[in-house]
Formats: sequence, C-alpha cells, structure tokens
Amino acid sequence: MLPTPDTSHVPYSRVYEPAEDSFLLLDTLSSASETSFLTSHFSPTTANPRPAAPLVLEVGPGSGIVLAFLTAHALTLFGSRTLLTLGIDANRFACAATASTAHKASTEHAATAALFLDAVQGDLATALRGAAADVLVFNPPYVPTEELPALLPPAAAGESGDGVASGWDEDSRLLALSYAGGRDGMETTDRLVAALPAVLSARGVAYILLCAQNKPEEVKERVRGFGAGWKAETVGSSGKQAGWERLQIVRVWRAGVTGI
Amino acid sequence: MKVLTLNFLTCAVKTCKASNDSFPLHPKDAELAKDGVEINPQLLVNVLPRIDWTALRTTSTELGFPALPEQPPTAEDLTSDEKMLQELHTLLLETQMLEGKLVCGHCGHEYAVREGIANFLLPSHLV
Repeated sequence: MLPTPDTSHVPYSRVYEPAEDSFLLLDTLSSASETSFLTSHFSPTTANPRPAAPLVLEVGPGSGIVLAFLTAHALTLFGSRTLLTLGIDANRFACAATASTAHKASTEHAATAALFLDAVQGDLATALRGAAADVLVFNPPYVPTEELPALLPPAAAGESGDGVASGWDEDSRLLALSYAGGRDGMETTDRLVAALPAVLSARGVAYILLCAQNKPEEVKERVRGFGAGWKAETVGSSGKQAGWERLQIVRVWRAGVTGI
Repeated sequence: MKVLTLNFLTCAVKTCKASNDSFPLHPKDAELAKDGVEINPQLLVNVLPRIDWTALRTTSTELGFPALPEQPPTAEDLTSDEKMLQELHTLLLETQMLEGKLVCGHCGHEYAVREGIANFLLPSHLV
C-alpha cells in the first residue's frame, strides 16, 4: 500500500472531501495490473530509447489527493520520475488545495516523485494545448441532478470571471460543481468524453470514474466508436450491490501506440 | 505559475483553437518570482522534445529574459553543458508568474493570474 497524501489543510466547506470515489481511483491506479500497463506503455523501447516526458493531467482534482498520489509515487506507478503533472479545476480553492497537497506529498516522497507543474482554474481541458495529455484522470461530477451549477459565481458571470464571491451560497455552488452531473449525471462527463480525441496525445490514456446511473456501457461504446484502435475497458470497481457495481473506472486508450 | 506550464496552455475560446495566434498566450504586467526547485537533468532532457520551442522563445522574450537560441539544444548539448541546463531549469521550472494577465493574440481576451493561479474560466458571452 502506497501512503495516501495528506489533505488535512484542505477547506472542506468549499472543496470536495476525498471519498469512496477518490479512494477507488487511488486503488485502481496503484493496482498491479495498472502500474504494469502504465510502466510498459511509457517505458523506453529500442526504437525510442528516450520517450518524451509524459504529461499527467487531472481534471477536477479537488483536494488534490489523486494528483498528489500520482506525483509523489511516480517511480512506483509509472516506472519513472521524469513526468510532469498538472491540475485544472473550476474551483479556485481546489487549485490552491491541489498545489499544497502535491507539494507536501512530493517533498515527503522526493526519491520517487515526478514534477508537479501547477493547478490552474479552468473548464475541463479547454485551456490545454491540443493533444497534450498523455495521462488524463477525471473523477467527474457524476450524481444525477435536476440542473448543473453555474461555472462562475452569479456576479462574475457576465464579466471577467475573477470576481470574488463568498458566503454560504458560493460555498454550496463550489461543492455542487464537484458532484452535480445534471441529466444521468453525465452532462459534464459527456463534454469531456467528446473532447478526448482532441485532448489526448496519440499515446494518451484516460481514466474516467463513472457510477451505475451514468450508463457506463454506453460510454464505453461511444469511445470505441471514435475509430479504429480506440479502446475502453473497466479496470476498477467498488460498491458491489446486488450484483452491480456502484462505481467503476474506465480506461480509455488507443491500441498499438506506446512510447513516443 | 511556471513558465513551462505556459507552454501547455492556450486560449480557452473554441473559435480560437484553429488560429496560430492563440498560442502562446502573451504575458502582460507580469509580476515574477523565483522559486527554488531541485534540478533534475534527466527530467529536463526528457521534457525538451515536448516543448514548443518557438512558443517558449516568445514567452521568454516577453517576460524580459535574454533571447533563447533559434533552435532547441539537443539532448547531447544539454547533458554536456551545465550552464545551459541550469539556465533552462531556472527559466522553465523556477520562474513563477504570480500576478498579471495572459492575453490571447487572436481574440484579445485577457486571462487573469492572481497569487500564481491563472483563471481560464470564460465569461458567458465567450463560451
């Protein structure tokens, strides 16, 4: 068991507190099958003895627990420390929390840590240069809800987007951003999935967490429909109830592409 | 925010994606600081092939650093030249943009950077 990053500094009144879904991601990404997949996927080959440093992007890192885990234990998980990690979260407090969590964990595990770049505020991967993500991790807002919370506080919506809002309503908007998924809990995930071909590099691998109401089989079929070589498989699950998994992690990648 | 991070970020406006002018974003009124980061030569050598060098040259000049060579150094150049390694390390990983704006050369939108965190959320009329 690799140590779980410390998130005791995170303000849980406005940033999602690590829960079953976060821990399922940690367990899955550190499972023997996934570390072996990731290590061989990004390791040097005779044709390409010096593969470019992979960029690991987490969309919506929240407390930063998963991104800090991937950063701090890079050598164990990817077989290499020469990786860059980046977080993008719509919640500014989550960006600050992620940076602290990642810095703390990588200082503590300096001998195995990759390089944490930054956590920037943004909507999914819309600010990322095209095809730049080699590993993308997404623990989405997956709970089915009547409506989606606004990405910006009401006062700032028409302006520059950096207006400072505060108070109980603002805190509940920020927390809702972390869980409220709209119709089927899929309105945000649908946008991320649709963007995958443009966001992932040719060797890119995405890990997306889904709940049973998200209709995971349909999501996997949609990914396979992107074209030849696209793969989508469930690689982790938890909360078995009456024969069906409550949560699962789907790995998305293109077959036959490694290294580079 | 690190200078290397800037090399991975572009304007979030959908209609800007197709334009070469939307990358790199142009720093404006940038307040910089230097953060001590331990140097990892192997990391720098492996990061080099995935840097958009032309964009990095633009960013570096716009932030007021001396001009970078037109062509990126090779892995061999870098491993044998400690001074170059150190300079690149300082520019890419130790230089932090704490405050200021990042401007899109295509649509002109200005993204604010405050306390080292850039904000790429768009106002509703640009989404």
